Amino acid sequence: MAKTNSAAEGYVLPFEKPIMHLQRQIAELEASQVQAGRDYSSEIRQLRSQFVSLLKKTYQNLSAWETVQVARHPARPLASDYIETMAKNFVELHGDRRYADDKAIRCGLARVGTEKVVLVAQQKGRDTREKIACNFGCAHPEGYRKALRAMRLGEKFHLPIVCLIDTQGAYPGIGSEERGVAEAIAVNLMEMSRLRTPIVCVVIGEGGSGGALGIGVGDRIAMLEYAFYSVISPEGCAAILWRTGEKAPEAAQAMKMTARDLKALDVIDDIVPEPLGGAHRNPAESAHNLERHIVRTLRELKRIDPEAILKHRYERWRRMGKVIRVEGSPSADQA
Amino acid sequence: MTEMQSEPSSPYGSKAFEGPVFRKKRDVPDGLWMRCAGCEGMLYRKAVAENLMVCPECQCHFRMGAAERISQLTDPDTFEELFTDIAPADPLEFHWLGKSYADRLREEQAKTGNIEAIKTGVGFIKGRRVALGVMDGEFLMGSMGSVLGEKLSLLTEEAASQNLPLIVVCMSGGARMHEGALSLMQMAKTSAALARFDDAGGLYISVLADPTTGGTTASFAMLGDIIIAEPGALIGFAGQRVIANTIKAELPDGFQRAEFLLEHGFIDMIVHRKDLRSELARLIDYCGE
Ligand SMILES: [Zn+2]
Repeated sequence: MAKTNSAAEGYVLPFEKPIMHLQRQIAELEASQVQAGRDYSSEIRQLRSQFVSLLKKTYQNLSAWETVQVARHPARPLASDYIETMAKNFVELHGDRRYADDKAIRCGLARVGTEKVVLVAQQKGRDTREKIACNFGCAHPEGYRKALRAMRLGEKFHLPIVCLIDTQGAYPGIGSEERGVAEAIAVNLMEMSRLRTPIVCVVIGEGGSGGALGIGVGDRIAMLEYAFYSVISPEGCAAILWRTGEKAPEAAQAMKMTARDLKALDVIDDIVPEPLGGAHRNPAESAHNLERHIVRTLRELKRIDPEAILKHRYERWRRMGKVIRVEGSPSADQA
Repeated sequence: MTEMQSEPSSPYGSKAFEGPVFRKKRDVPDGLWMRCAGCEGMLYRKAVAENLMVCPECQCHFRMGAAERISQLTDPDTFEELFTDIAPADPLEFHWLGKSYADRLREEQAKTGNIEAIKTGVGFIKGRRVALGVMDGEFLMGSMGSVLGEKLSLLTEEAASQNLPLIVVCMSGGARMHEGALSLMQMAKTSAALARFDDAGGLYISVLADPTTGGTTASFAMLGDIIIAEPGALIGFAGQRVIANTIKAELPDGFQRAEFLLEHGFIDMIVHRKDLRSELARLIDYCGE
C-alpha cells in the first residue's frame, strides 16, 4: 500500500466533491445502522451503486485540467510506492560517480514479476522532508548522469531497462545550469536511442517536458490513464500565451497532454488503466496494473532480436511529429 | 550555494513564469539607425550589416535571420537548399485568445518569407563541402516544432549518406508550445538521428548563437563533437525568469552566457563571427573526411 499522510487522505479535488458527499452519506448510514441497531442495508446498497456510477462517470469524462489535478493528487502513488509494491529484491544504486547522488531519480536493480531489470524512477517525495531532499522530483544534471550510468549497467549485463517518469521538469537553478543540465539530458536522449537493451518507459504522474524525456526514450512508451505529458506545464503555457497562469485549464486542454490525446497523436504506445476513480483510490491495484504492463511488454521485446529492437526504436522516434509535404516549390501561403 | 530557500516550494509553481524579467530586451528599431544593446551607441545599420551584424564599436554580436547567416557562412552561390517541401501543420488545432496556430504560422511565413524556423541544405565553406542547417530566430522565436525536427533529421541522414561534415547553427527560444508534446519529441528524434551519424563516424559541429535555450540546448545543440559559441550568446536550459523565481534571487552577471559555459566546461570555444568560416574550415580539415 502507498504511504499517505493524513493531509493527503483528506484531500478532495474540486470536481470530486459530489463523490465525497455520497461517500460521507454511506459512512453516516453505516454508523447509525450500528448505533441504532436498524437495517439500512438496502439504502446503503443503493447509495453505493450511485457512488460507483458517479465515480465512473466523473472519471470517464475528466477534462485535461482535471486529469492534471489527478496526476498531481497528494495521495497519488509515487515511484517509491511502486518500487515497494512491484519491485522485488530492489538493490538501490547511488550516485553519478561525478558529483553527487541526486534523490530525484532513484536507480537500482530489481525483479518485476519474473523479469530482472534496471529500474530508473523519478521520485517527487511524499512528506516535506522528502520533498526537499529530492527537490520535489526535479532532477539536477547528476540525476540524469546517474540514470545513464545505471542504464549502461543494464546494457552491459543484458538487463532490460524500466523507466518510471514523474516530474514537473528538471531543476531550474544556478547549480543545475552550471553543471550542464542541458548537456546531461541531451546525452541521455542520444544514448538511450542506441542502448543495446530493451527500454520500457511509463509516465506514472507528471511528464514534465525535457526533464521527463531525459529518461523517456525507449522502445515502448506508456502512460498511466490519468497521467499527463507535456512540453511545458499548463501554468507555464498559460502565463506565456494567455498572459496569466490562471488560464492553465485552457492551456491544458489546448496542448493535448492526456494519455488518450497522446495515444491518438502516436506519441505514446500504450495506456495503463488505473483503478476506478484514479490510482490514489487504490494504489495496490494501480501497482498491479503497472506490473502487468511492464512484464507483458518486456516479454514481447525479449522475443525480438536485438538488432531489430534498435532498428524499430530508431524508426519509432524518427516518425515523431506531424508535417505537411508540399508539392514543388513551396510558397508562404501554403499551410 | 543554496538553491533551496527556507520556505519549501515547488520550482514549477504557477508564479514561476510570471515574475520579473532580468534580461534587457534588445532594442533594434527599424530604420537607418539602430541602437547597440552592448554599448548603447547609435549605429549606422548598413555599417553593421557590412560588419557581419557585429557592432563595430563593442563587438556585440547581433541576431540575424537564416538567409543572412547562410550567405555569410558559405562560399558565394554554393548553397543548395534541401527539404523545402516540408511545411508546418497544426496537429493540435491549437487555439488561444481567439487566435489560432494555423493563422500564426501564416503570419510568420508572410513576415519572414520563410516557411519555418530552419533552413537546411548543402554548400561549401572555404571550398569544403558541408551539410548545413541554420535556425531562424525570427520565425516564432526559432522555436522547435515538427518541421525543425524532420528537416534536421533528414539533413543528418543526408550528411551520413554523402559523408559530409554536419554543421548546425542553433538559435532558439525553445520548444513550440503550439505543437505540444510533438514539439518535445523532436528533441529525442534529432538526438537519435545524431546518434546514428555518430556511429557512422560523421563530424558534427554545433554553433550556438544568441539565444540557444530550452529543448534545443538539451538536445542537438549540446551534442556536437565540437561545440562553438558566439561571444555573449545566451545559452541555457531553463528560462532566467523561471530560475530567478525558483531561487528567489537575482541571477549573477553573465549567467548562461557563452563565456559562463566556456568557464564551466560545456563548450569548446568562443569564436568571433569574422573568424567563424576559417575556424570551421580548420576543424573540418582535422576531423572531417
Ligand atoms: Zn556596441
